[in-house]
Parts: sequence; structure tokens; C-alpha cells
Amino acid sequence: MILFECESISKSFIGSTVLQDIGFSLEAGQVLGIVGENGAGKSTLMNILGGVLEADTGQMRLLGESYAPKNPAEASARGIAFIHQELNLFTNLSVSENLFITSFPRRRIAGIGLIHRTRLREAASRLLDLVELPLDPEILVERLSLGERQLVEIAKALSVDARLIIFDEPTTSLTSRESTRLFAIIERLCAERRSVVYISHVLDDVLRLADHVLVLRDGEIVGRGPKSQFELGQLVTLMVGRQIEQLYPPRCSVPSPEVALELKEVSQPGIIENISFHLHKGEILGIAGLMGSGRSELARIVFGLETHARGTILLNGKPLPPRSPKECVRRGIAFLTENRREEGLLMDWDIARNLALVQAPFYARGPARLIRDAALLERVAGTAGKVRLDPSILQGMAVKALSGGNQQKVVLGKWLVGNPAVYLLDEPTRGIDVGTRYEVYRIINQLAFTGTALLVISSEIEELMGLCDRILVMCRGEIAASFEREQFDREAILRSALWNSHEFSSG
Amino acid sequence: MRLLLSESLVLFLSLAYFLLLAPFTPGLASYGNLKNVFSNMLPLLVVGIGQTYVLIGGGIDLSVTSIIALSSVVGGILMNSQNGVLAGTSWAVPVGVLVMLLVGIILGLLNGMAITRLTMPPFIVTLTAMMFFGGFAIWLTQSQNIRNLPAGFTALGKGYWLGIPLSLLVTVLLAALAHLLLSRSLLGRWLYATGLNARAAEVSGVPIKTVILWSYMVSGFCASAASILYTGRLETASPVLGQRIFLDVIGAAVIGGTSLFGGKGRISWTVFGVLFISLLDNSLNLLGLSNFMILMVKGTVILIAAVLDALRVRQA
Repeated sequence: MILFECESISKSFIGSTVLQDIGFSLEAGQVLGIVGENGAGKSTLMNILGGVLEADTGQMRLLGESYAPKNPAEASARGIAFIHQELNLFTNLSVSENLFITSFPRRRIAGIGLIHRTRLREAASRLLDLVELPLDPEILVERLSLGERQLVEIAKALSVDARLIIFDEPTTSLTSRESTRLFAIIERLCAERRSVVYISHVLDDVLRLADHVLVLRDGEIVGRGPKSQFELGQLVTLMVGRQIEQLYPPRCSVPSPEVALELKEVSQPGIIENISFHLHKGEILGIAGLMGSGRSELARIVFGLETHARGTILLNGKPLPPRSPKECVRRGIAFLTENRREEGLLMDWDIARNLALVQAPFYARGPARLIRDAALLERVAGTAGKVRLDPSILQGMAVKALSGGNQQKVVLGKWLVGNPAVYLLDEPTRGIDVGTRYEVYRIINQLAFTGTALLVISSEIEELMGLCDRILVMCRGEIAASFEREQFDREAILRSALWNSHEFSSG
Repeated sequence: MRLLLSESLVLFLSLAYFLLLAPFTPGLASYGNLKNVFSNMLPLLVVGIGQTYVLIGGGIDLSVTSIIALSSVVGGILMNSQNGVLAGTSWAVPVGVLVMLLVGIILGLLNGMAITRLTMPPFIVTLTAMMFFGGFAIWLTQSQNIRNLPAGFTALGKGYWLGIPLSLLVTVLLAALAHLLLSRSLLGRWLYATGLNARAAEVSGVPIKTVILWSYMVSGFCASAASILYTGRLETASPVLGQRIFLDVIGAAVIGGTSLFGGKGRISWTVFGVLFISLLDNSLNLLGLSNFMILMVKGTVILIAAVLDALRVRQA
């Protein structure tokens, strides 16, 4: 039975075509995987399905009936649930309140409609059971990890009894264990004859889950068929339209024995415990670990965004002052945040201004500290070239209009403008496409070649293995293991990440 | 919609309003009246400049009127020729002016410290500062005005230099300097970044607490500079000086287009906003409307400007 089909869907924004002549069909109980680089049109297509946007041309049919949602509420009423990449939860409300935000169970007391707390709680517990999330429904969402929030979002979709569930990059913030749980849930949804559209940059996952695969490039379908027709390398080639020989560019340098950054027994109760390591010049040091293992917090503490109770952090042998990102920048430390939307970019500024922000103090002259704009702009334009940003969009266009991949280039680029001696990179490739990923890896290698020290935090073990000289594995705030390049072993790293954790016994 | 979002909209509106009303409003277009409008505008603009800085940084400074009052009476107590502390000395005026400015800077510093060190909301900090220092100014003078200010001082408010009013000269200089710092200096760049997204600014190495502290000091400084112009023009130090313009200061900035949400604003916009609100005030007065009616009209206009601000933010 065909659940959903569409044909000749086209959409353009202010003259530029984003989608052209898209058509596909989806059977009940099947998973359709959609892959493509950032900007290929995946999100636009899903926004049309989810009622966020209207198509310029084309028809859609849901269970044989014409389907043209005017808004997300209508899409939802017709049984289409859309789980966005950016989570849409109210962090100041409880899990149960979030689950039933549009449909609170009510009861009337003295003529006033009040929320039926007991029924709300029961219904919420039932939904959380469906996604195997053993939480108190009354807990506030702000206290959940990103992975748990994702599962709450899925539970919310299930609460409206959706027939078609769209997942847009669901695993970007999940640990591998949480991803596995998600895949099991998706399989169960299919067994219940619901259909799933699964969009992801993680091609392995798509090939594992999907029954059919749709490859988009520049708004057009460039490949489609049952998954047995595709293999990984071929998908990548289709997506980028050219051959990428290797996912990780070859390293052509070795770390120097000189130490750039040293941590001595750095601790912050409940966050990290006794962290000591040396980061050498020219070294790429990976930090692996599950979410909540303290890997991001470690970088934030080094950069002075958060405090630490004990221990010292030395840059080139000199201690860093506590709690001063400004001083860290001045002394040559770069910090690439994992949260580019909220911490990485000034969304209303254009590329040039964003790129210039970090280096502006070094271009300020005189008692009034006036910025030498022309010189700074020239410098910034050079950097934009290095990260391959289109020079014609540097000025006048707010970065919020850019694709995720280009935004990430800006976040990385604003540090490249100066020449920091140490980079702390937290999830440098989160949510970006294969082509941009390769660019980022190339830049990281290039930096190491010039003697820069890099700390790379990633939830993708393969990425760390492809990139790093050494990997430290964190578990519950401690360094659980250290691997040299020749010892790299996916399973061993994963095991250390789970070491001594309750997740190990159950997972 | 494009015109509504245009940067010079308020300037055009002011001109259109003036041209529309001039034929019906007796005396509106007369030289004497226009001169009056502009000289009323100047101190308001000086305060508005400081307010613009604070608003761009994502804050609000409600204490400016009390800074004006306190600065005024401190100047009066120091300089008046009857029983002034510095009465009769040759350096009474320069010292008096410096102390008045210092009062503003210190009160701004106190505001900024409370907001950045104690991480308190700007609204409550500056509201309580307004109450406390407003009361303090009245207590200091036992609610009396202070007259007999030295001529060298009143000249700042009403004197001329080469045929140009000194107050105009001071205001233009301040506005030009404020514009330059805001658009070209490092602190200006940092102020916009902080107002737009303080977390992202901090991650980029912007010392957000210093920047915010600095914006309140600018506001305090501007308020005391305005106090000098007001006090000089009236030849009287008054503990309730400036109370009348409490609403106009923030109103003018918002009418000009400076965002209450932070991160957006310009000195030129505030100039237009001050021009508009001054014209409105003046013309309604000439039309014989009561004070209450004028308040109602002004309130409506400021509300419309705030709605436009919200629309612009939502659109962006």
C-alpha cells in the first residue's frame, strides 16, 4: 500500500531554484533515506511535506487523497510528524508538559478548565516507555541531555499517532548507544505500518535503516532505488558529483616533542576529575567519550568559559588565568564551539563581520582604539579564501541565510584569521556535509603541519581515528584510556568510553 | 514595508509631520519657535546618546533622570555664589563641571557593577538607582532650587561662541565622538556583538562584562553632560531637573529605531528620534493640547515605534 507519493515538486526562493521536479513514493511500513550535501534541498523538501513551506508546483497524495498542507498544524492533523534537527522543546517546562503542549488532558472544576495532572503524568509515562526513556515525566527539559531531548521529541511525534514520521539529522546529538536505541524504535514504528523519512549525513546509518534511498544534489534527484543498489562510496560520489578518493586527507607531518598546552590535575567537582595531559605542537589529539563524559566541559574549562576548582592549565609553560576567554584569545587559543547557532555566530551579522570579530582587537589603534577596517577586511577576505567561502557573499548577507556547512566554515574561519597556537575544536563537523567535512579535515591537517596544536572532540570515533595522532577517552569526567595511532581500535575505544559506567552492563 | 524599515524613515516622518502641521499651527514655523525646539532638543539628545549605547548593549538605563538631578545639585552646591563650597575661587567652574561629570560616571559605574558583578537585571538596578539617587538629590537640597550660578557656567547652557550656541557645539561634538566610537572603535564593535548575542561574543573573546560596564558609564557621563547644559540654560540647579524627560529619553531612542532587544542602533537614528519627539511635543503644545493629552499622544507614538521594532526583529 502506498502511503505517500508526490510528483514534480518544485520550489524556488527569490529566483534561485531550490527544488526541481522531485517525485517519489513511500509504502506503509518502509523507511526512505534521503541523502545529499548541505544545500541540496533536503530540508526544503521536508518543510514542504511538513507544511512549513508551500511548493510552487507539483502534487502530493497521502493515502490516495490530495495533500497540500497550509501549515504545520494541518500536516500534523493529517498524520505527518516532523522531528526537526533543531529541537523545538520548551526547556523551562517539564517533559510531560512538552509532550502534550497542544493537547493537555483537561478536567473542569467549578467551570474552569484545568490540566488533569494525573492523566497527564500517566499518558506521558506511556509515551516515554515507547521510546524507552526511563524518566520522571515531571523533570524539566533543561535538565536533560541533548540525546534525551531528541527522544522526548520523538515521543511527542508518537503522541499524535503519526503515520509518516520525518527525521531530520536525528543522530547529530546522540551517543552511539542512543542512536542504536533510536534505530530500534524506528524499526518498531515500521513494524506498526508507519512510514519514516530519514535524513542524515551519516551514510552508514542510512544504508542500515532505509529500504529505499533518494540522493539529492542541487535540488534534483540524482539517484533513487532500493538500498541494495547502493554502496557507500557510490553514494558519496552521487552526492558531491565528483569522486572523493578518501574521506580523510593524508597526514604529512608528525607532532613535535615541544609541549603547547599542559593540564595538571584539573578538576571541577561533578564535571571533570584529575585531568592531566600534554598537547604537543603539531599534534592532533582526539578526545572521545559519551555525551556527559565531560569532554566538552573540559574544552570550556581550558578556554575559561567555565571555572575549575583545582589544578593548573599551562600554555607554553605559563599558567592561564582562570575564567578569561579574552585572555585565552590574546595568548593564542582558539575555541570552536559545538553550538554554532547560539555560541558560534552572530546570526544577524554578515560573514566579514563575523570573521573579523576575534581579530578586531589586534587591528585597533590609538587611544580610541579605532579599528582599521580596510586592513582587517583584507585579512578576512584572505581567510575566506582559505576556507573556500564564496568572496561575493562576504558582505551584506546575514550568516543566518547560509547553509550549515558554510556557517561552520565561518566559525572555523574566524579563528583562522589570527594564527592561534592551540585549537580546541568541539565537534568540528557536526551537521555538515561530506564535501565541507573534507575541507575541515584538510584545514586541520594543514594547521598541524604548520606546528599548531589541536584538540579535537568528537562523538564519531571513526573521525578521531582518521584524524588524530593520539586519542584520549573520557568517561564520567576522567581520562579512562589513551591510544596511540598504531593502537587505534574502534571497539577498544568504545569499550573505554563505557568503562566503569552502568551503560556498559546494560548496553 | 520597505519604507517602514528604512533607516531614515523617522527623519522623513519628522519633515512630513512638520510640513503637514505648519499651516495649521500658529507659530510652529517661526524662527523663534524653531530655535526653541532645537535648544530643547540638545540636552535630550545628549542623554539619548548614552541611552543608545546601553540599549545597543542589550540593557536599559532608567536612572538617567536622577543622574541629571544629582549632578545638577552637586554642581549647584559647589559653584553657587551665595554659600557654594567653591564660591569666589577662579577654578570654581572647571572643577564644578568636572565633578558634575564625575558624578555621572560614578553612578554609571555603580549601575554597571551591580549589573555585571551581581548579574542583576538592568531594569531593576537602574530603576532602584533612579529612586535612590532621585531621592538623594532632593534630600541634599531639602527640595530647594539653587540659584546664583557663576556666569562662566551658565554660558555652557546659553552662551554663544562666534555666533554659535555653545550648547549646540558641545552636543554636536559629543554626538560626533559617540558616533565615531560606536561605528569605528573596538568597544563599539564589541558593544553590538554583546547586545546581539552575549554568549557568542564571549566565546569570541569579547570581555562582555567590561563592555556592559562601559556602556553604563557612557550613559552616566552623557546624563551629567546633559545636566550641565540644562542647569546652565535654566541658571538654576534643581533636584527635580530632568524628571519631565524621563519618558522622552527611551522613547526617542526607540522611535529612532534603536532596538530594545539589543544589538541594533545608531547615533543618527537617535538624533532623528529626538527631533521627532521634540517636534511632537512642541507642536501639540502650540495647538493648545493639555499636558495629559500630549502624554497620551506621545505614549501612542512610542508604542507604535516599539511595535515596529518588534516587527523588525521578528522579520530578521
